[in-house]
Amino acid sequence: MTESHTLHAAELSVGYRDRRVISSLDLAVQPGRVTAIVGANACGKSTLLRALSRLLSPQEGRVVLDGRQVHRMPAKQLARTLGLLPQSPIAPDGITVSDLVGRGRNPHRRALSRWSYEDDEAVASALEATGTLELADRAIDELSGGQRQKVWIAMVLAQHTDLLLLDEPTTFLDVAHQIEVLDLLADLNRDRGTTIVMVLHDLNLAARYADHLVAMAGGAIEVEGHPDDVLTVETVRTVFGLESRIITDPASGRPLMLPLGRHHTMPA
Amino acid sequence: MTDVLHRPDQTRRRPDARSIERVRGARIARARRRLLTLGAIAAAIVLVVAVSLMVGHTFYTPAEVWGVILGRDVPGASFTVGELRLPRVVLAVVCGASFGLGGVTFQTMLRNPLASPDIIGISSGASAAAAFGIVVLGLDGGQVSIFAIVAGLLVAFAIYLLSFRGGVSGTRLILIGIGVAAVLDALTNYVLQRAAQWELETAMRWLTGSLNGSSWSDALPALIALAVAGPVLIMCARDLGMLRLGDDTAAALGVRTEAVRILLIVAAVALIAFATSAAGPIAFVAFLSGPIAARIVGPHGSPLIPAALVGALLVVVADLIGQFVFGTRYPVGVVTGALGAPYLIYLIIRSNRTGASL
Repeated sequence: MTESHTLHAAELSVGYRDRRVISSLDLAVQPGRVTAIVGANACGKSTLLRALSRLLSPQEGRVVLDGRQVHRMPAKQLARTLGLLPQSPIAPDGITVSDLVGRGRNPHRRALSRWSYEDDEAVASALEATGTLELADRAIDELSGGQRQKVWIAMVLAQHTDLLLLDEPTTFLDVAHQIEVLDLLADLNRDRGTTIVMVLHDLNLAARYADHLVAMAGGAIEVEGHPDDVLTVETVRTVFGLESRIITDPASGRPLMLPLGRHHTMPA
Repeated sequence: MTDVLHRPDQTRRRPDARSIERVRGARIARARRRLLTLGAIAAAIVLVVAVSLMVGHTFYTPAEVWGVILGRDVPGASFTVGELRLPRVVLAVVCGASFGLGGVTFQTMLRNPLASPDIIGISSGASAAAAFGIVVLGLDGGQVSIFAIVAGLLVAFAIYLLSFRGGVSGTRLILIGIGVAAVLDALTNYVLQRAAQWELETAMRWLTGSLNGSSWSDALPALIALAVAGPVLIMCARDLGMLRLGDDTAAALGVRTEAVRILLIVAAVALIAFATSAAGPIAFVAFLSGPIAARIVGPHGSPLIPAALVGALLVVVADLIGQFVFGTRYPVGVVTGALGAPYLIYLIIRSNRTGASL
């Protein structure tokens, strides 16, 4: 299953036209684990995710999935192994939840083939897993932000990929829905062994949910490893330029970062 | 059976049978509704086409019309129906379907109802080229079509380049397209001024679109273009539907977005250009068909066939109205223009109110 899939970037440089965002980056995604990528705005974390999923072509270096360069794989074949949920996907006006989730079946369908029972099964399974079965016949535009995000995740679940990349899956969600979405992804990782790589804004949630934390700054990986080792006062200082205190999160045993500021300093 | 629900590891793998049934049932019901609606539109087209063949200066019975269609020699009707009314109505259906397909392809691909070829200058380009080719260069039917399609593609390419700033934004493309359309319409006007000896009828054809005086030689190239480019678009229907999710999502789901987009543009421009070189840029049909079809058929499934059917119905009905409702025979484009203009105003008002980007 998923343990057999390996994804890594080697000497990867990507950018937009003449502006280079990431230079010579190496990253090996740990199979069957949850990896969170954190960093300040414009540090290149979304760009890295886009390059891993081949939405961006490398200027130099390569991204390799199971020994093959992703940029040379047939589009549908790649999409059966590697799923990506972009930061702001667009929901067509008026379509229902089950229709949208069904779009996730695209890589499994041949041109002009009919919709199969297996496709219905995959959609139903994705709706159940995300707790959105009751919404199946509702129009996407009627849903709340939290519901909508769960539906998007259902869509990538219906894609049945062993690797799933998510670009800030919790942005625009209130804290309860953030936890709900991250729990859902943790379930997916635990129950199906899906390898998850996500860009997250919230350092503390990243430390709580990730097995492997990657902190980026200036288009390079500053430090990576277990959250206990990565989330330190020094990391927060170099990556975010912020003074902080780190305590232990009583709920998860993971490090918890308390930001300091000019009005709230704390004696060491 | 419900206890399956309480064992998470099982439900992850195999969903509850009732969940599948629910998803499946809703999907089949949607497909059935869609088929019924499309059947009703198709029936309406057949009905209006039949009426168009019967009425006119002389009334012919359904039996006489049917006889002509079967190739029998019916005195009087064989010429009037076979050589005048039939090519006209066939061209109406073909142009309507072509404009509908071309229009909805652009609207869907660019995710904006204003991004229709007749708004963003592609129809204007084809029309200006056709008018120039006929009036100034003296080209004939087939050459005019080729001239029009090349011009249409060039215009599509030009507005794409002009609006490209590290990616194409829908709003910028539409505004540039509207400007390009104005320039090209001025060019058409200029060409027609030069050809003073040409009758008003011809001028109207290249300005608003007209089916007056259509013959089989007008209808045939457009029919062949529809028979070739139509299926190409239908083959891309699912990918076009995926593009509605945004390029990133579509690409992540295995769609080769750039290749699909080029194929869609070429096929859609070919349809628009062939139809335009046969009947002129029948005003607003490309722009109206998709949104009307979406209103009738709903947002599910591919918008292509619904828009083609609505486009065809729109043109045959508008031509019937243009010919017989008023004292004089108005070109079909005058009628569709009168329908389209209020909708355009409505769209612009609505987009301003919601603050959406057009």
